[in-house]
Parts: sequence; structure tokens; C-alpha cells
Amino acid sequence: MAVSVTEPAAQRVKHFLENRGKGIGLRLGVKTSGCSGMAYILEFVDELNEDDQIFEENGVKIIVDAKSMLYLDGTELDFTKEGLNEGFKFNNPNVTDECGCGESFHV
Amino acid sequence: MALLQISEPGQTEAPHQRRIAVGIDLGTTNSLVATVRSGEAQTLADEFSQKMLPSVVRYLKDDIEVGAKALQTAEREPENTIVSVKRFMGRSLDDVLKTYPELPYQFIGESKELVRIQTSGGAKSPIEVSADILKALKKQAENNLADEIQGAVITVPAYFDDAQRQCTKDAARIAGLKVLRLLNEPTAAAIAYGLDSKQQGQIAVFDLGGGTFDISILKLEKGVFEVLATGGDSALGGDDLDQAIVDWIKENCQLPTVLSSRMRRVIKEHAKAAKEALSSSDLTKIHFKLDDNNEVNLELTKTQFESLIEPLVKRTLIACRRALKDAQLKTAEIKDVVLVGGSTRVPLVRQKVAEFFAKEPLSSIDPDEVVAIGASIQADILIGNKPDSDMVLLDVIPLSLGLETMGGLCEKIISRNTTIPVAKAQEFTTFKDGQTAMAVHVVQGERELVKDCRSLARFELRDIPPMAAGAAHIRVTFQVDADGLLSVTAMEKSTGVQASIQVKPSYGLEESEILEMLKSSVEYAQDDVEARRLAEQVVEAQRMLESLNNALTKDKDLLSAEEYQSLKGSLDQLATLCQGSDADAIKAQIEKIDHDSQEFAAARMDKSIRLALQGQQVDEI
Repeated sequence: MAVSVTEPAAQRVKHFLENRGKGIGLRLGVKTSGCSGMAYILEFVDELNEDDQIFEENGVKIIVDAKSMLYLDGTELDFTKEGLNEGFKFNNPNVTDECGCGESFHV
Repeated sequence: MALLQISEPGQTEAPHQRRIAVGIDLGTTNSLVATVRSGEAQTLADEFSQKMLPSVVRYLKDDIEVGAKALQTAEREPENTIVSVKRFMGRSLDDVLKTYPELPYQFIGESKELVRIQTSGGAKSPIEVSADILKALKKQAENNLADEIQGAVITVPAYFDDAQRQCTKDAARIAGLKVLRLLNEPTAAAIAYGLDSKQQGQIAVFDLGGGTFDISILKLEKGVFEVLATGGDSALGGDDLDQAIVDWIKENCQLPTVLSSRMRRVIKEHAKAAKEALSSSDLTKIHFKLDDNNEVNLELTKTQFESLIEPLVKRTLIACRRALKDAQLKTAEIKDVVLVGGSTRVPLVRQKVAEFFAKEPLSSIDPDEVVAIGASIQADILIGNKPDSDMVLLDVIPLSLGLETMGGLCEKIISRNTTIPVAKAQEFTTFKDGQTAMAVHVVQGERELVKDCRSLARFELRDIPPMAAGAAHIRVTFQVDADGLLSVTAMEKSTGVQASIQVKPSYGLEESEILEMLKSSVEYAQDDVEARRLAEQVVEAQRMLESLNNALTKDKDLLSAEEYQSLKGSLDQLATLCQGSDADAIKAQIEKIDHDSQEFAAARMDKSIRLALQGQQVDEI
């Protein structure tokens, strides 16, 4: 099981970590909430948990906990622009259904 | 799907509950909006990649234009295009007309009410105009963030008074923004440089904008910012640097005596471009065509430019020195200097500031953006994205508060630049025997005489029990709360009777007026000392006249007719001297009477002791 990061996303993550001045890497995860069941977690990581799995790609460490891994396997993290807005995007093959806005999803 | 940003550990929001907050620099000339995304503060641009929104609003019959578009028409339609509306915030019609007699706007309103401007789109208050600027910034931010703004931190000048702050809040409310807090501009700049994470130290924020100059001295202690002093010049900025070049162009080539407005604009634009070019090169060419097709072809060196603007830069340093003095600090005690405002890009400004403070100023963040950046960092904390941080920011009162004492003198209770909230009390007493009421006249200003200060409020304390002059203890308390609201309470201590009043000390006071009041207090310092001396002598004389005249009426029998006439004559002479302005003569006369009346006083003392002892047994005493 694995997750991946595109080059632009890795660049941004590196930049944000540098700007923040501390942190091991980036946590990807899911939590149960939202209008359609699940929601993504995207956080800086200062401490690792026991069940964390670490992936290193394009020079950044991506950290995923064991439970989230079940929902994120095969996910690619991308960074894109939509109009004036910009941000990270999960390309998750496990998703079967999303709420209208796409902030939460079903697997 | 929605685009996501990186959160702090454990701070991921539930969907549709993203805590998005922005920082807004609502400037006189330009405004900016910034936010923190994935932990990084950044200013947000509009669809033309412009970060700075000119603070200009044009009112048409059924439309409103904000920003660059409005600015273009400012010259064509000055009466409907409101520029630099920040100057009018919280100001009454009288204030505005007095301070800016030559503006193209049609001001309306009652003389003491908040001013409004008549436009094609109807009457607009400065609050509404500011709200339209804020609406444009809000839209600009929402276009960038693809979400609704949950809250905003809006910056205001450190010297903004309560009325101006309230107007800014009202404008935000109209624009549909929730104000998390107003933040002083210099404090925002210091936060942008992360100075709040340092433990302590004094910081100077040097802000040379388009049309205004502000210097603020902040004190940082345990993550808390306190404004120690503010100063500056409300009519000094980049425009003046441009004007210096314009004047130089006029001196160095034959220009027609009357210039068209288009020509004036062209010259100004070239002057501005030359100024900007000289920030990175030693020589620039100024070349343009006049209306009559004659050409202007000049070369301006950096050295020439610097000698042109040197007097202006010097003025900023004088203000710095004064602010330091107000803060009771030496330059060596300033730990960091922060540069704000586009005009701090001028190398001479940087160099002189560095020399003055004897340290290299912080300038790594774009000086145009630094205030908005700092505000967005604060907004991010306040909206709850960084739960570990907390910052409390204090304010100061801009002018001393005091009350009128006998002789028209101003007794300062709270001196200027005192941090608020604050409460201070002082005891006063009655002037006349049997006095049962006391008028309390609350004034604001730095001068010694009440007539030179600003009257804020009057009230009376009644039902003081009749006592001898000077026997009553009346405690007057001045209290200024965190919102700048002043309450004054007077209480007679033996009975507890009290009276009080609440005022907003700053309402309707123009910044230039504050500066004027400060300036005049220095200019007239010597006059004031003399005026105070005279007033004090007059009060002393009146006290003497009051008590001696009473005594003379009561105990006439203790004096020979001759002595009585002599004393009475001296007192009349004193009364006459009090009408004049010779403090020394009054003082001499008081001393003379004091000397002459010593025997009379002794006789009165004997008499009262005799009366007290009369008919009493020795062991009863």
C-alpha cells in the first residue's frame, strides 16, 4: 500500500515546511465527518505516532497512519490552481461518491 | 473537489467549517488583503495580479467603482471620486472643513455630526466609503480562497482614536466582515517580522507611506506589545519626494508658466518614475514632450536627488527623536527597526534610518505588504488555527487629560502616551469658606492654560458640606477604559457625595489637530511657564484677599484705624495688580501684605485662644 506526491505538490510542501521553520513532514489522513462520511486531513507533522507509515517522495516525507492508509491507498497528492485559488488536491481511486463540494467523500 | 491547505497538527477543520480569516491593511492611499495558507502569510491579488487596491471609490448614479478603475476617473470627476477617505473617518463636518478647506467634495451634515459627502450615488459617509473598499477586498479574498471569510483583522494607525476605530468597525460590519480585532499598523508590521516571538525589547516602526509619515515606538514584553509613543507628520510621504523632483524639473528647464492639468500629471508621473529608478541606479533620464511640442530632456543623478529630499528625510528623523523622547528611550535601547511603506525603498531613507538608530532596519518583507501580512498572521491566530498563541495589545492615549483649577490652569491627571486602560486619582479642595459646590471642567491637551486646551466636558459636584476653604477633600478620578472611553468622578470624602460624567475624549479630533496641539505646547512652552506663574500668583492673591478681607471685617477692633487703612490699602492695591500681568509685582505685594499682617494675625490668634480658654478651668484644657 502506498501514497504518492506530484512534483509541484512536493515543491509546495517543502516551501511551507521551510517557511514554518519546523516539522518532520506532511500528514495525510482521513477522519469521519462531513456531509458525506469522510474528510481528508492535511497537516504538518511535529511528532510521529506508533502506527505511522512514512513515504518519502520528491524530497518530502509523507506520513499516513495505519487506519487512514486503508482509505488512501493509491492516492496521489497534487497542488493545483483553480482561477485565483490554489491548494492541494487528493486524487483518491478509492472514492466512490463525493458531496457536492468535494470536501467529504465515501469509499 | 475543493482545494485544501495544510493545517497545524490536530487543527484540520471539518468540511464546510474551514476557519478562514484575513488581515486587511485599510490604507489612506492603498489597501491590501492577506491570509495565511498552509502556514504561510501571503497577500492576495485581484484578477489582474494586482495586490494593492487603490483606496478610491467612485459613485455613479447606479454603480460603484473601487480601486484602479475609480482612480483613473478621479481627475475627470473629482466630486464623485472619493480618495483618501481614511482622513475623514470619525471626523465632524467642522473638523473636515477646517483641516481640508480645498477639497473638491460637497460635504454635508450638521457641524458637529459625522461628515458626509454628496455624490451622484447619494450622500455617503466615510464609513460607507470605507465599507465599499472593504467589500472589494473581501471579494478579492474570496475569489482567491474560494470560500467565505470567517473573520478579519483590520489595521488602523496607532494614533487612531476611539471614534475613528468605531467607524472602522462599523465599515467592516456594513461590508459583511466580522472584525476579530482592530490592530495597530506598527504592531502588525512587528508581528510580520515575527518579533512577537522574541521575549522582550523595544521596537521602532518607521512608516513612510504615500502621503503620511508615522513613527511608533513599541515595547514587547512576554509576547505583549505596548505602544510607548507615536509621532509623525500627516503631510509627509512619497508624494512629497515626487514633488521635490517636480520642483527641480521646473527649475531646470523652461516650462510654460501655466501648465495644463494633463501636463502637470505627466510631469508628476515622470518625477515618480525617476524616484523609483534612482532606488536601484545612480542616474536616470527624464524625457517627455510638452503640450507645445518642446521637449524636456534632463538627467538626474542619485546624489542630486538625495540632496533634494534630504530636508524631507531630516523631518522624519526629527519626529523619530521626539517619539523616542516621549517613550523616554535612547536610540541604543531600540532593539529592532521595521520599515513600512513604499517610500522606505528610497536608499537615502534606509541609510538615514540606519544611521539614526545605529542598526540595520528590517526590510526583507515588501514594505507595502508588511502590515497586511502581520494582520493576517494575527487573524489566523484569532480565528483559532494556532491555539497555542495569544497576544494582547495595548494602546495609549494621544493627549494628556486633566481638569481646570483656579486661575484657568490645567492640571494634568493622565499624561499623554499613558497606556490604557488606566485610572488615576488626585485630591482637590475648596477655595472659599462654606463652598458647597465645585465645577469640574475636563480638558485635553498639553498646554498650561485651560483656554489653550480642548474642553471635553463639565459637571458639578454639589452638596459638599460647608467647611473652611481648603478643608474639604475632593477626590477626582480619571478612568480610561480599553475602548478609550473616559469617565471622570468627583467625590467629597467625608460624605461620599459624588458626581461623574463619561466622555469620548477623542471624538471629532483630527490627527493634525493633535499634532498641532503637541507642537504648540513646545512652541509656547516659555509663554506657558510665565502664564502659569502669573495665574498661580493671581490665585494666591485671591486667596489672600478672600481671607484677609474676611478677617478685617470680623476683627477690625484688633487694629488701629491707621493699621486698618494701611492693610486695606495694600489689599486694594493687590486687587488692582491682579488685573494686570506682572507676576513679580503681585508676588512682591503678597509678601509685603504677608509681612505687614503678621502682627494682625498674631493678635487674631491670641484672641481666638483667649476665647477658647475663657471660662474654662485649667484642668479642663
